[in-house]
Amino acid sequence: MYRYDEIDQRLVDERVAQFRDQTRRFLAGQLSEDDFRSLRLRNGLYIQRYAPMLRVAIPYGLLTSRQLRTLAYIARKWDRGYGHFSTRQNLQFNWPRLEDAPDILAELARVQMHAIQTSGNCVRNITTDHFAGIARDEIVDSFVWCELLRQWSTFHPEFSFLPRKFKIAVNGAEADRAAVFLHDIGLQAVRDTAGEVGFRVIVGGGMGRTPIIGHVMQEFLPWPHLLTYVEAVLRVYNRYGRRDNIHKARIKILVKALTPERFREEVEAEWASLKNGPSTLTEEEVRRVQGQFTRPAYAELRGDDAGYAAHLAAEPAFGAWAKRNVHPHKVPGYAAATLSLKKTGVPPGDATADQMDAVADLADRYSLGELRVSHEQNLILADVRQAGLHALWQEAKALGLATPNTGLLTNIIACPGGDFCSLANAKSIPVAQAIQERFDRLDYLHDIGELDLNISGCMNSCGHHHVGHIGILGVDKNGEEWYQISIGGNQGLTRAGAPAALGKVIGPSFAREQIPDVIEKLIGVYLDQRESEEERFVDVVWRTGIEPFKERVYGGHHQRHERRQRSLATA
Amino acid sequence: MAVIIKGMNVVSDPWQRLELSADGSLPPVPPSGDIIVPLAMWQRLREGLLVRPGRLGVWLDSNEEPAAIAKDLRLFGVVAVNFPKVTDGRGYSIAFLLRERYGWKGELRAFGDIWRDQLFFLAGCGFNSFALREGEDPREALAAFGDFSETYQGSVARPQPLFRRRHLSSPDGMEWS
Repeated sequence: MYRYDEIDQRLVDERVAQFRDQTRRFLAGQLSEDDFRSLRLRNGLYIQRYAPMLRVAIPYGLLTSRQLRTLAYIARKWDRGYGHFSTRQNLQFNWPRLEDAPDILAELARVQMHAIQTSGNCVRNITTDHFAGIARDEIVDSFVWCELLRQWSTFHPEFSFLPRKFKIAVNGAEADRAAVFLHDIGLQAVRDTAGEVGFRVIVGGGMGRTPIIGHVMQEFLPWPHLLTYVEAVLRVYNRYGRRDNIHKARIKILVKALTPERFREEVEAEWASLKNGPSTLTEEEVRRVQGQFTRPAYAELRGDDAGYAAHLAAEPAFGAWAKRNVHPHKVPGYAAATLSLKKTGVPPGDATADQMDAVADLADRYSLGELRVSHEQNLILADVRQAGLHALWQEAKALGLATPNTGLLTNIIACPGGDFCSLANAKSIPVAQAIQERFDRLDYLHDIGELDLNISGCMNSCGHHHVGHIGILGVDKNGEEWYQISIGGNQGLTRAGAPAALGKVIGPSFAREQIPDVIEKLIGVYLDQRESEEERFVDVVWRTGIEPFKERVYGGHHQRHERRQRSLATA
Repeated sequence: MAVIIKGMNVVSDPWQRLELSADGSLPPVPPSGDIIVPLAMWQRLREGLLVRPGRLGVWLDSNEEPAAIAKDLRLFGVVAVNFPKVTDGRGYSIAFLLRERYGWKGELRAFGDIWRDQLFFLAGCGFNSFALREGEDPREALAAFGDFSETYQGSVARPQPLFRRRHLSSPDGMEWS
């Protein structure tokens, strides 16, 4: 865990005081709605459908048990007893009062937390691999680089009013668990032949209305130049990104308009005067930030725990959970465990205050007092002794956090949707529930195997539907809620030969009650077509294309439609 | 005379800022006094503006290139940058470029849709003079320069980022906090 030093703390405290004064001036009528909007947004405060929504930053998804208890306390005292973990590893409160926001921020600051730049047209929370620091395929500990970027981006004077929001992701492992090709800037750690650390810099990826896979701007950027290069990218974006149309204002549109080659030249020209300047990182600074992170005090264990193996063999239910929710660890005898926030009947990513307190206790007792939030909206205890996994499972089960579905179809990733969000065209939570109810048979679910299902309530795609193996998008047709389905998306190179990909829409959209049937048909095609259990749903989509899926879902109607199209085309 | 913030004091402003008319035509040149002219006016009336009595400044809109005045900077008594909307942040980069790339050391003024809540960032980018939008009390706004007591990044006035200053400020070059 990164521990604030005196300056980190002072800045967060000063931000609370500043926001308190801004809120006071707004409530006193000295700031207009518009004036206040530009100030509150960069502090994570939206005015939502029913109440303000406050988004709390969880930098790179890392939390201590103490911080989680504070979030629980806030949920009870100022909200309705729960919070929503988002796909950007943050936590959202859906029911605070504007008047209370300064007090909530002050409470957060007491445990080294804040809501700085969780919204607004500025550099947002830096996200990363939820297995950073423990992954067996680690290249670097990405937390350190995320923290360096967090400090660099916090209150950066030049980049406080960008054309649009700006999201940076860092991945420090072989497998891409941070979706670096789908961010404004993606940074993939790499080592050169001499073992020196650098970053592959990917710019202009993103989802939303215009999904685009990012472009590699640098294959190997030596780490000392990380901040100056990112600064050059942002300066080009700040100066030339479109500001006339909110839907065309992200950096991906600028990169596309200029062409990636021209954009790279612009950045290089800008970088020429920033490179080797004062923002060039030094070894001392990297070491200093590294030193501000507490390292888990691992026991020296011989290797895999015999008792754990025995429990696995004896109890199929435990085995099923371990198969999905326990992940390998680089330290012998340890494992990471996912606590699922995807129980059927509960909005994906929601956790009650009681659950937060209980998870904080579990983190203290089983995982050295820390936990992570994954972009799949689950909580992860990253440092569990294998010997403790069985007891942890039993406790998690009692808390409703042991649904053994990580990586499976019912581990649905979803935004809060039309139930809460004023931007949404359609609800996402009831759709998730209907699917979870349809696929509630565990052996069937395991048979279907790995499948990412993502739901977004609108084109802003907070549920990352473009990169779901199955993606569901809420659309509005004459005031009615409809859902468009795409297949074949992939969030990133999580296994060899399977790079980031955008899903393809299979055809006209569906009414909400049709969705479970449609999903079942898609799964049916997959089960018929797969050549082995190793071949996942998305692999089949890539091998066969979307036609067989289309055919099954739209059936005769689809064929008639195709025939008509063809005859029209030849006519 | 209007009041502005300059060098963290509230002072009256001797400059008169001219604007193009709605159809893009140039405004008449006042016979005397200190004037800040739009870029297009400078480019078209250059010689005439230089020989007239009174000091001369130029202002850039947020979509204009600071490179366009880079070679002429020594001729100006003030350079000003417009913020047509508070959310239009291009002026922050323009200020950085004028200061760091083109070496402008004189008065750099921000004007337009800005008020106390932007002052800290504006100052970090090198502005040292501020004409707040109408209705703002510049005296009250002065407190905003103290909103934060430290910055992670370097600024125009203090180019070293915090991480370099940390190492400098301890005798053995190691961090102190």
